[in-house]
Amino acid sequence: MTQQESTTNEEAEELRIGAFICECGVNIAGAVDCNAVADYISTLPNVTTAVVNKYTCSDAGQDEIKKAIKELDLNRVLVASCTPKTHEPIFRACVEEAGLNPYLFEFVNIREHCSWIHMWEKEDATRKAKELVRMGVARAALLEPLQSSEVPVTNKALVIGAGVTGMQAAMDIGDMGFQVYLVEAGPSIGGKMAQLDKTFPTNDCSICILGPKMVEVNRNPNIEIMSYSEVEEVDGYVGNFDVKVKHKARYVDIDLCTGCNSCVEKCPVEVPYWEFNEGIGTRKAVYVPFPQAVPLRALIDKSICIDCGACSKACERGAINMDQEDTFSDLEVGVIVVCVGYDVYDPEPNHDFGFGLYDNVITTMEFERLINASGPTMGKVVRPSDVVQPKRIGFVQCVGSRDVNSNIYCSSFCCMASLKNAQLIKEKYPDSEVYIMYMDMRTPFRMYEEFYNRARDMDIHFIRGRPAEVTENEDQNIIARIEDTLTNKIENLELDMMVLSVGAVSPESTEKIRQILKVSRAADGFMMEAHPKLKPVDTTLDGIFIGGMTQGPKDIPYSISQGSACAARATRFLAQGKALTEGITIAVDEDICVRCEVCVPMCPFQALKMDDDGKLEIITALCKGCGTCAVACPTGALQQSHYKNNQILAQVKEVFAYEEV
Amino acid sequence: MADNNDWEPKIVAFCCNWCSYGGADTAGMGRFQQPASTRVIRVMCSGRIDPLHVYNAFLEGADAVLVTGCHLGDCHYVNGNEKTELKYQFLEEMVKQLGLEPERLHLNWISASEGERFANFINDVTAKVKEIGPSPLKPEGVS
Repeated sequence: MTQQESTTNEEAEELRIGAFICECGVNIAGAVDCNAVADYISTLPNVTTAVVNKYTCSDAGQDEIKKAIKELDLNRVLVASCTPKTHEPIFRACVEEAGLNPYLFEFVNIREHCSWIHMWEKEDATRKAKELVRMGVARAALLEPLQSSEVPVTNKALVIGAGVTGMQAAMDIGDMGFQVYLVEAGPSIGGKMAQLDKTFPTNDCSICILGPKMVEVNRNPNIEIMSYSEVEEVDGYVGNFDVKVKHKARYVDIDLCTGCNSCVEKCPVEVPYWEFNEGIGTRKAVYVPFPQAVPLRALIDKSICIDCGACSKACERGAINMDQEDTFSDLEVGVIVVCVGYDVYDPEPNHDFGFGLYDNVITTMEFERLINASGPTMGKVVRPSDVVQPKRIGFVQCVGSRDVNSNIYCSSFCCMASLKNAQLIKEKYPDSEVYIMYMDMRTPFRMYEEFYNRARDMDIHFIRGRPAEVTENEDQNIIARIEDTLTNKIENLELDMMVLSVGAVSPESTEKIRQILKVSRAADGFMMEAHPKLKPVDTTLDGIFIGGMTQGPKDIPYSISQGSACAARATRFLAQGKALTEGITIAVDEDICVRCEVCVPMCPFQALKMDDDGKLEIITALCKGCGTCAVACPTGALQQSHYKNNQILAQVKEVFAYEEV
Repeated sequence: MADNNDWEPKIVAFCCNWCSYGGADTAGMGRFQQPASTRVIRVMCSGRIDPLHVYNAFLEGADAVLVTGCHLGDCHYVNGNEKTELKYQFLEEMVKQLGLEPERLHLNWISASEGERFANFINDVTAKVKEIGPSPLKPEGVS
């Protein structure tokens, strides 16, 4: 970053503020009389020029700012437009190009905080905009130049979550030549996609396309897979994250185990296999997650193990180690990609559509395991109550989605998932009667509408409506009382099995990592991106990215795209090898500091300490610029740059002075 | 209270950069309409909101002051908002000592996604303050 040389004498310099008021097309001008704002602002002290732009952020708008800085010798620039959350970096770079220190730029939000929330009160909105800009002018006059510092970036990445999104992100980063730690909480990589039978719109076998990708990840020399591991702590900032990872004890030496299953055969303890088979079928206390698992290694579920020693005896390689304990690794990485996925909505607590009351009401995920050729029934679709193949199967859409009683959002993949599953039944058992009960079928994207049409041509019955009442008869058949809202006919539909097309929810288990990383949580519970359109995989935290279902429900192609997007966004830092830190930090005025040490424990980053001479030392590299310590300081010796008391109080004062003008 | 219907209070809202300022942005993006009563002042962390700022806002003529930040557990700076919560007890006492009604000071945690929550908050506080009228501390001639 170039330093502006004339800044040392800023205090004595005559203030020359240029104010640029953006109309943002009609976004601002529709409610705020921007010319009136500019006229008013130009009367304020220190304002050299006040200009209205159609779009200040456009090339033309930015050129006008740069030209004005040079021609009018401006030493402060104020832009009144949208939100600094998206546009502050743009304008800071703009003024810097014209030779002004970027921290001599002041941003006033008159769109999100004014025109958009007072859309029909033009007079109020204009008056408020004048006041907001006036506050900004007062603050701009007191701004001081600051320096961002360049920090080196550790050229390694951490990817949390090894579902299909995380795998893609890891592969792309690895292929670009950077070391990746791929941390997965489960015993194998692959995620939810490994559980699915076939995938739309091609109906190719899910594990057949995922399996080779899992192997590829394992073979990538730049990727270190840490399965059955969890991120415990994250410290630091972009370029320099310190990460503590816990490797949960498998009670099997992963270097000795070959995944041969000898131990599994001998183990006498058997429980329903919830983690992979949705409780259909069983697993042993010692088990290999699934045949295509990576790493293909056994692990022992200590919570049910009876310590009989049968597995140890069976293992020729001596891989069983019952004394194994959790171990920890400390990693240093420059960037973090979070792809921790989703859970399917659980209809059990509310007994949605009889789930949990009637055996033959199941979820999509259970159905995926039932029809999967390598699943617990070897692909034979049977209903839970009597293990007989159902002839009449109904799918209920939007369970846990688009419902004020659960989640209001659309989970986006469930329409296609049910169309796919309905087709698979018709292909496998052509005599079946298949019903899809829906509110709206949503099938955007390439080949999806065609896929829907194909289902329509396969004699699958579509009923526009959802069951109002679900009961069970003496044969344990499901009776769904439903109105087809296209024909206004109400019928009692008798089904042998009913599949609830459950949506996606943000897993409770990922809340811990969200809080460790301090990524914002959106209203729907998923993690929040920096901008819904412009920065879909960034977070507000530099160097931390989110991809796939972590950000909200999406299908496989979209998730994979986001995995690649995360890799591209993250690798920018790794490739540059450096990052800029915020110039906003804390500074101490030693003449006023009374060395009371009240501030020291206020800092959560240990950036403050008393040195050997009893003086307060500020470790700027650790300071994140929150300013909390400045409030604790009883003498005002600590000041947060860019948010000094006089700067904040100048804004406060100008909230009120309007009547006097 | 017919007069109060036309009168628009002046409310100063201190917002943290990461959550509540974003909440105010999201309210705008969602076009959640609000009375033009509130002026947002951005700080990096709610922990930066100094009793001095709140005190000055009341002395300058604020009819209400809002202290806002991230939900507890979500602070971008680990626990700045917990310190805000502690300081808020002091602020409540200060407001009492200043002879102001408790309705003139509010604390709220608003995430960057909670636009509607932000708008509802502004609507609610504005309505409450309209009921109790202008701040007795408001200097003459200031609105």
